[in-house]
Amino acid sequence: MSETHEGAHRHPAPTGFIRKYIFSVDHKVIGIQYIMLALAAVLVGMIMSLLMRMNLSWPGTSWPILETLFPTGAPGGVMTPEFYLSLVTMHGTIMVFFVLTTAPQGGFGNYFLPIQIGAEDMAFPTLNMLSFWVTLVGFIVILLAIFVEGNQGLGEMFAALGPSFRGGSGTVGPIGGWTGYAPLSALGRIAGPGQGAGMNLWVISIAIFCIGSLLGALNFITTLLNMRTKGMSLMRMPLTCWAWFTTAVLALLSFPVLLGGGILLLLDRVAGTSFFIPGGLYVSGILSGSNPNFPLHTGGSPILWQHLFWFFGHPEVYIAILPGMGATSHILATFARKPVFGYRAMVFAIFAIGLLGFFVWGHHMFISGMSPYSAIAFSILTLSIGVPSAVKTFNWLGTLWGSRIRFTTAMLFALGFVSLFVAGGITGLILGQSSLDLAMHDTYIVTAHFHLVMGVASIFGMFAALYFWFPKMFGRLLNDTIGRIHFWITFIGVYAIFVPMHIMGIVGMPRRFASFGEYEFLKELHPLVMLVSVAAVITIGAQLLFYVNVFWSIFKGKKADDNPWEATTLEWNTTSPPPHDNFAGVLPTVYHGPYEFAVPGAPKDFVMQTDIEAEVPGGNGHNGHKH
Amino acid sequence: MVTSTRPIIKKGAGPGPGVPGPNGNGSKGDGGEYRDPKSHANRYRIGMWVGLASVTMMFTSLSSAYIVRSVSASDWTSLPMPRVLIASTLLILASSVTLEVARRQLKAAATTAYARWLMITVVLGVGFLVSQLFAWRQLSAQGIYLSSNPHSSFFYLLTGAHAVHLAGGLFGVTFLWLRSRLVLSEATQMHKRKASADAVSIYWHFMDALWIYLFLLLFLWR
Repeated sequence: MSETHEGAHRHPAPTGFIRKYIFSVDHKVIGIQYIMLALAAVLVGMIMSLLMRMNLSWPGTSWPILETLFPTGAPGGVMTPEFYLSLVTMHGTIMVFFVLTTAPQGGFGNYFLPIQIGAEDMAFPTLNMLSFWVTLVGFIVILLAIFVEGNQGLGEMFAALGPSFRGGSGTVGPIGGWTGYAPLSALGRIAGPGQGAGMNLWVISIAIFCIGSLLGALNFITTLLNMRTKGMSLMRMPLTCWAWFTTAVLALLSFPVLLGGGILLLLDRVAGTSFFIPGGLYVSGILSGSNPNFPLHTGGSPILWQHLFWFFGHPEVYIAILPGMGATSHILATFARKPVFGYRAMVFAIFAIGLLGFFVWGHHMFISGMSPYSAIAFSILTLSIGVPSAVKTFNWLGTLWGSRIRFTTAMLFALGFVSLFVAGGITGLILGQSSLDLAMHDTYIVTAHFHLVMGVASIFGMFAALYFWFPKMFGRLLNDTIGRIHFWITFIGVYAIFVPMHIMGIVGMPRRFASFGEYEFLKELHPLVMLVSVAAVITIGAQLLFYVNVFWSIFKGKKADDNPWEATTLEWNTTSPPPHDNFAGVLPTVYHGPYEFAVPGAPKDFVMQTDIEAEVPGGNGHNGHKH
Repeated sequence: MVTSTRPIIKKGAGPGPGVPGPNGNGSKGDGGEYRDPKSHANRYRIGMWVGLASVTMMFTSLSSAYIVRSVSASDWTSLPMPRVLIASTLLILASSVTLEVARRQLKAAATTAYARWLMITVVLGVGFLVSQLFAWRQLSAQGIYLSSNPHSSFFYLLTGAHAVHLAGGLFGVTFLWLRSRLVLSEATQMHKRKASADAVSIYWHFMDALWIYLFLLLFLWR
């Protein structure tokens, strides 16, 4: 039994299709919209990684389909190095911004934060809707960036915006990398192929994305501070809520810095300022100021862009992974049927990771010519993030210790998250030391490190979250057999992809190179390159299973109960899927912490947060139940 | 096998079972008032402070760029300060005062005076934006444009970014002014009006302080 009380209806349930599913202010619909956006974006990003693997494995091969799609980027079907670089750029940008930032926070956070704290919606529902649509516009602009240079019709449309938007530089999409380093990214078309109109759209898309994320972050923080239901003290919140809250704080404080940097970069590109462009630059055979196409620039600082970018860029890594950590803690406890080991330590570890994340951006810039003393400071701060990370890892292991694990698909992915986080994080201790990074910078070991820890681990967190919460979101279960096949292929597949990359990196294979045929010492690595490609094809194939599973199960999956996992938190108190105001007009009252599993003296092996009769004053076992 | 039962009160999991803990809605955990209208309206104030944190970060990033660029550059030419900026400063300072007066009138339930002072604030705010326009025109008449030299780039950028933010504040004050004619009967609506007035004035004073900071940075720092 749960005690309930009146909650305020702030907006009535919409009836029309458009207000209900398209321009909805319901946080649940917006959450699903974010997840769908991420599912679309991740498909684009995966196809790009496939194209990159094709070129790395069989460089110089003619692929007729490429010529049809990208006549300028792949003349004769052979991928040009510029095309490869633009794939690298767009893969990184789309994955980091539109997948790793949208799904864990905008998707699952939007859907479950209000329900888990017992609120009927976000604090500012209209702002919430706006943040999704702004993000979607950002995604459309980044897709345009791919085609604006290669496609004549689109190119002409954008050329009307001004001289710096003129395309026709003979490639597809921007090639600045997801970091868009100045000064080449700040010069415009003169810097060569892929630095024209597409790059403008890239900067604009990032700026739009920043605004969308800021609106979302503001909403998350206000909701959590203002709308917790009766009895939901801070220390009774599920760890997921702590993770989403910390992520929102990180986004709130880091995205404005990128927005500021983006404005400066755009002004350099379109308005002729010199924020990031140094004097005396000699690019594409032209000296700055000697040609009307390349006006005089003086005194700008390219390193300034790196500082502004990485001041955002490093917290961004935690924006991607913290929600995964929250979901993992939540799911491990649920299926280990044990309380989270060291709840309070977990909360402080999340905060510590978030806080330290703001002081380590320099470790991306060790080879930028920074003072060795700053490098040491950044190194020490970077390595100190290992402490809260280890606290979290040991607490996850402590949660699992001696438990009778229920190996559901969600649990498998949560365990996979722990494995990948450790495997990927451990190389952070290597790369975080300036002396080692000098040798390893811009090699495949960096690629392997951040793909494992920030890319794949975060994705595993999202998979775990989706398999766990799918029954709540759609009232139906995902197919378990397909889920297990999906897990094992993906889990083994990602290790098969990224472990060889560590070896390549240590040998010295540089990242972002379209092919390695000209380097004698790298030729022996070609079997490894092939192995990675084969593993990538198989792993991506397994994701198609996942897509089929999701869209089939939404309509045809097995019906789910309100609480299929015997979990404790508030979302399992309401129907699957929840009604428009989440709790059908009566908000729950909370009497317990979030992870009361295997409580001695309780009638069941779990105590829901709203259960009142499990009260055991003084622990004298008045229920008489022992186990 | 566990043979004895222990209390399920655990450290760090809130004040134990059966006792609702404090939350964000004015409940102290003693089962007291839940989600009273005041705390419901509080979200406007909280949201405003949170939003201003991000505005602060953006201007921090721009001013750190300014400082880095100004100390490292050999191509820095200091701008002559457009005189009209003194008028800008006086106008925005006055607007903060009038908005504060308006807010106090609202507290004293003097709705007519509240509306009047809001209107004066709107006029002063528009005056500030017009004076900024004059400053930009004055500089461009002297041939100083966005790309002329680093100081002018930062001048147009920082004043422009501030003006965009202030225009948002002006929209807020105008909104309060238009809404001030509505007669409110319910306590909830009254709390909401006070909270919106608080939120808008927090923002407005922040923009005022931001202007002073930018003014000093642009013409006294270097």
